[in-house]
Amino acid sequence: MAQKGTDTVKRGMAEMQKGGVIMDVVNAEQAKIAEEAGATAVMALERVPSDIRKAGGVARMADPTIVEQVQNAVTIPVMAKARIGHIVEARVLESMKVDYIDESEVLTPADDVYHIDKKTFTVPFVCGCRDLGEAARRIGEGAAMLRTKGEPGTGNIVEAVRHMRLVNSQVRKVLSMSPDEIMVFAKELGAPYEILLQIKEAGRLPVVNFAAGGVATPADAALMMELGADGVFVGSGIFKSENPAKFARAIVEATTYYQDYERIAELSKGLGHPMKGIDIGTLLPADRMQDRGK
Amino acid sequence: MTVKIGVLALQGAVSEHVKSLRASGADAAEVKHTDDLEDLDGLVLPGGESTTMRRLMDKYELFDAIKSFAERKPVFGTCAGLILMAQKIEGRTGPHLGILDIDVKRNAYGRQVDSFEADLTIKHVSDHYDGVFIRAPYIKSVGPEVEILSTYEDHIVACRQGRFLTCAFHPELTDDLSLHRYFVHLVEESI
Repeated sequence: MAQKGTDTVKRGMAEMQKGGVIMDVVNAEQAKIAEEAGATAVMALERVPSDIRKAGGVARMADPTIVEQVQNAVTIPVMAKARIGHIVEARVLESMKVDYIDESEVLTPADDVYHIDKKTFTVPFVCGCRDLGEAARRIGEGAAMLRTKGEPGTGNIVEAVRHMRLVNSQVRKVLSMSPDEIMVFAKELGAPYEILLQIKEAGRLPVVNFAAGGVATPADAALMMELGADGVFVGSGIFKSENPAKFARAIVEATTYYQDYERIAELSKGLGHPMKGIDIGTLLPADRMQDRGK
Repeated sequence: MTVKIGVLALQGAVSEHVKSLRASGADAAEVKHTDDLEDLDGLVLPGGESTTMRRLMDKYELFDAIKSFAERKPVFGTCAGLILMAQKIEGRTGPHLGILDIDVKRNAYGRQVDSFEADLTIKHVSDHYDGVFIRAPYIKSVGPEVEILSTYEDHIVACRQGRFLTCAFHPELTDDLSLHRYFVHLVEESI
């Protein structure tokens, strides 16, 4: 008998994305450009994060028409975002057979206490994390893939770097600890003890962890791979650039060949101006997306 | 003598294959550049996104290098790797490497919510094998030189043609090493 929606199938889908770039797109045309450039998946959205920032107000799940058009335009996997805690948006996206749901802080949270119980879904979920506590709680809820939260729509890599470094250093700490020490560390992190034990046993996180939130150049993508990311999400960077197709190809190649610096130099030439970007220190507390959903 | 097998490392489940190959008694190395192919006895094309891999293969001359490698040496393709090897792909004009006489359908079982695990029988390999199918293709038909190794619900999901081995599922996502061992053995016999 075939079994659908198992952990192996959900986590395995994310393993297939490794070393790849997942690109935000807002229509079928952008989705085709992304696929053509070598994206391993696209994230179908109504607006990219930098436009969500500009627009203000409440950001919700995309119009299903957009998701459908993107699904019809490409053969690579299509992901879509649901608001944190919005069980029904997630069920709607599942019914549309999106390949992955991002329970995302980029949208305005629907629940300021609880995340979705993701184990009850057949479709896999990706969630953001800033430290191992958040990472382990999301895995405990059933997330099959993680990404750094970073600070979306800023074109500033500093927060993604902070989150990737912190998660990885905390994983290394767990690996060096005995079970009794792990119990106390779990308490400090607010992490499920069993998940930390699984990390200790496997020697790594049980799911892949991508970089997201602020990747604006090919060198940014390569930096995140250097720091141990399994792959990269690029949001506003690509289709806000002057030549999206060229920019998208450059990010894909920089992610695969992240230690090939001559190649990165070559493909970074003539890309035009990247996103202007935002200094994180100038963001008002209410505008910090990463603080949403803990 | 220990054989050395490369894993195409442009994108996808590379580390899993490397781990499984090593556990199966082979040396394993990642292949990102044409000169990485030089001292290899065999090659694995892993699961991932075939369109992404193809684009990167074209860009840095790996495509021709792998094609000529396959004229002499064994290749094992899983899922996306199967697509890269096939001579005919439904809905696409022309093959990628086109080294295996099979006709395949991409994303044949539907989208991710239709991905599944199923118990398989694989000829010469195992009576109970946990087949992990993720947005998997299947093989619609095979040429006369191809030996069918496994079927699932009337569709071919694993086969061999001489030095070429392929499957629609992901052996790299399970702890069962039997299929990797079978390929390592195939490589050993080829030298």
